[in-house]
Amino acid sequence: MPTGSGRAVPEGSGPARLRAAVLRGLREAWQIARGIAGERAYEIYLEHHRRVHPGVPPMGEREFWRRHIDKGDTDPGTRCC
Amino acid sequence: MSESTVGIRPPTTPKWTPLRILVWVAVAVVGAGAWSVIALARGEEISAAWLIFAALASYAIGYRFYSRFVSYKVLRVDDTRATPAERINNGADFHPTDRRVLYGHHFAAIAGAGPLVGPVLAAQMGYLPGTIWIIIGAIFAGAVQDMVVLFFSMRRNGKSLGQMAREEIGPVGGVAALIAVLAIMVILLAVLAMVVVNALADSPWGAFSLIMTIPIALFMGFYLRYLRPGRVMETSAIGVVLLLAAIAGGGWVAEHAVLSEVFHFTQNELTFGLIIYGFVASVLPVWMLLAPRDYLSTFMKVGVVVLLAVSILVAMPSLRLPAFTDFAFNGQGPVFSGSLFPFVFITIACGALSGFHALVASGTTPKLIEKESQVRMVGYGSMLTESFVAIMALIAACIIDPGVYFAMNMPAGALGDTVQSASAAVTQLGFTVTPETLQTVAQQIEEESVIARTGGAPTFALGAAQIFSTVFGGQAMMAFWYHFAVMFEALFILTTVDAGTRVGRFMLQDTIGNVYKPMRDVSWKPGLWLTSALIVGGWGYFLWAGVNDPLGGINQLFPLFGIANQLLGAVALAVCTTLLIKSGRTKYVWITLIPLAWDVAVTLTASWQKVFSDDPAIGFFAQRAQYVAALEDGQTSLGAAGSVEEMRQVITNTTVDGVLAALFALLVVVILVDACRVWVKALRANGQLPTTEEPYVRSRLWAPSGLIPTKEEREHARQLQATGVGADGSGTVGKD
Repeated sequence: MPTGSGRAVPEGSGPARLRAAVLRGLREAWQIARGIAGERAYEIYLEHHRRVHPGVPPMGEREFWRRHIDKGDTDPGTRCC
Repeated sequence: MSESTVGIRPPTTPKWTPLRILVWVAVAVVGAGAWSVIALARGEEISAAWLIFAALASYAIGYRFYSRFVSYKVLRVDDTRATPAERINNGADFHPTDRRVLYGHHFAAIAGAGPLVGPVLAAQMGYLPGTIWIIIGAIFAGAVQDMVVLFFSMRRNGKSLGQMAREEIGPVGGVAALIAVLAIMVILLAVLAMVVVNALADSPWGAFSLIMTIPIALFMGFYLRYLRPGRVMETSAIGVVLLLAAIAGGGWVAEHAVLSEVFHFTQNELTFGLIIYGFVASVLPVWMLLAPRDYLSTFMKVGVVVLLAVSILVAMPSLRLPAFTDFAFNGQGPVFSGSLFPFVFITIACGALSGFHALVASGTTPKLIEKESQVRMVGYGSMLTESFVAIMALIAACIIDPGVYFAMNMPAGALGDTVQSASAAVTQLGFTVTPETLQTVAQQIEEESVIARTGGAPTFALGAAQIFSTVFGGQAMMAFWYHFAVMFEALFILTTVDAGTRVGRFMLQDTIGNVYKPMRDVSWKPGLWLTSALIVGGWGYFLWAGVNDPLGGINQLFPLFGIANQLLGAVALAVCTTLLIKSGRTKYVWITLIPLAWDVAVTLTASWQKVFSDDPAIGFFAQRAQYVAALEDGQTSLGAAGSVEEMRQVITNTTVDGVLAALFALLVVVILVDACRVWVKALRANGQLPTTEEPYVRSRLWAPSGLIPTKEEREHARQLQATGVGADGSGTVGKD
């Protein structure tokens, strides 16, 4: 059964494969929900930091979130009605 | 890296297999069938499901065929070209974002209380005019505008609409755009705040639940900052639970002898409360109130939209309002005056064509988009979703007893104070509602009265409560669901009041900063307080004037809000049209030129009637003259204005509103003339005029284009994964 993620499909019986596919789908949905809520900001920053400044220790989680939210003080996003 | 690694160019056109043809023929048949039922039904009640089917089938066809044509043939989206998110990728505001996440973001940013209010008011003309405009308007105008603005802004590293207007049209267009944005912001905030005031006045239950959102948001803010930084989902879940508890607790407060008095507010008390709240909230740091409120709104928004869609499909209520009422043709509607054209198209902006979306589409979204072809799913798709929300709001308004609908939405002055007088006023309109019915409905939702609860929110909430309670909890849950729906709208509105005041303040700081430098520093406290106070004062004035308007504030102000929003739409569509011509796409210029022409016709006709109409019910100045003459004759009351003071109030309000309507029309004309000048120049230059598009950079990233990856895309993802290049198949979301 092809799935969106393109990961290798596990061998085994039909129900086992189906369960694996459902689990994968749920995990993906959870990550999408986290993304929409904005919870992945620190992960995105870490990924970026590792790629651009390898070897340099990244900002701690607490400090990152503080700065991340405070950015809104000087840059409000536009929202509609 | 070969070209096909990063973008399938030209896009693989799905082969027309017999199955595919069959599916689309079926969609077309269902759509055509549903449209015929809703258009031809006369006299008998039809099921709301037909509206849902007509909408979904039309969206499917519009998305599959028209948006595909616009994105591939007209815009020529190019997936081999790196988007700003990929090129600039700074880990903060620019980073390639999974298309489904971005769709959610973008939808949450464009949809708020707007699509819930307009359709409810427009229902006074029957369900058909609103339905047609919401569906057709979104497919051919609103969604096209959103997608095209998103595309052009993306090609310019996410420039704002104002910047694009200035650079592509000229300084005059730029200034007009700035004034338009500021004006619409002020009117929008006033109208939305008025919706809250009308919904919560004399309602201890509603007022208590809404006031509780402030401590809840503060708690979430502190929790997120000091206890569990970054745990957004967890914090929001706690917030939603607390919110539900606050709504349930409101029922207890409303019964309580002392507390029900404490939380009983008059319209004017709420007005000043909101003005103070708006000011304080907008000068507090965002982490305290705005950020947690935003998380809560997003959660509620997505949750309730899904819940409502499912409930409508399960409950399958019938529409009790006719396809057309007489007000569609005689212009004498009590909710807002004027005939179908142009006022339905003014009243329903959000959900069909909303200029405000162009600000979002040229803000955060273009900086996050992963592949060019995704503008279709994110820009066009989100707008279709909002349009669907508007259809659901229309359904909520049309399933309630028409007599109750009018008793709730007519201005207080026309209805009188008692259920008997309200019943008589509604009967005069040609609808029937007994005083007992009005009483029963109020008892069901545990409110003192449902008379003259204008502004759309209470009507939507009543309809939604009827739908929800059919599915969950029955009659016993009516009051809970009603207050749940009121709260849902009020929550968005308070968030918008806070965020909108901030956006307006930044624009003002920027503008004043041109003449007085310290103002540019957005964290300079005196400047911040002054500009916040100016913006709050602006919408606060209109709110106060509207709440105390003897003729009904919603009735008077909503058309102005619609005109302002459509004016911004005209700016956005003019910028799009200019860019299509400048970038050598003149052949297809009609895709934005026709919506622009329509939008201008609507806006100008509406402003013209609002300024010059001889009918005092429509023209602001005719109304003004009527009241001036009456005062000169020594009369002490006229129509809904019962005293000399109220008559003076009408005169002031109509003067301000009339001048604004004239100003909006003037701005539309200025922008249009300026844009035409550039079009002629661009056509003469034969596409050789410079534009500010960023140069081509080859993309090294791959991701699917649409919501569900096609077979070819899945195959492609597998190959990429085998060779270890590019993103994973589904996009860039979680690599857990």
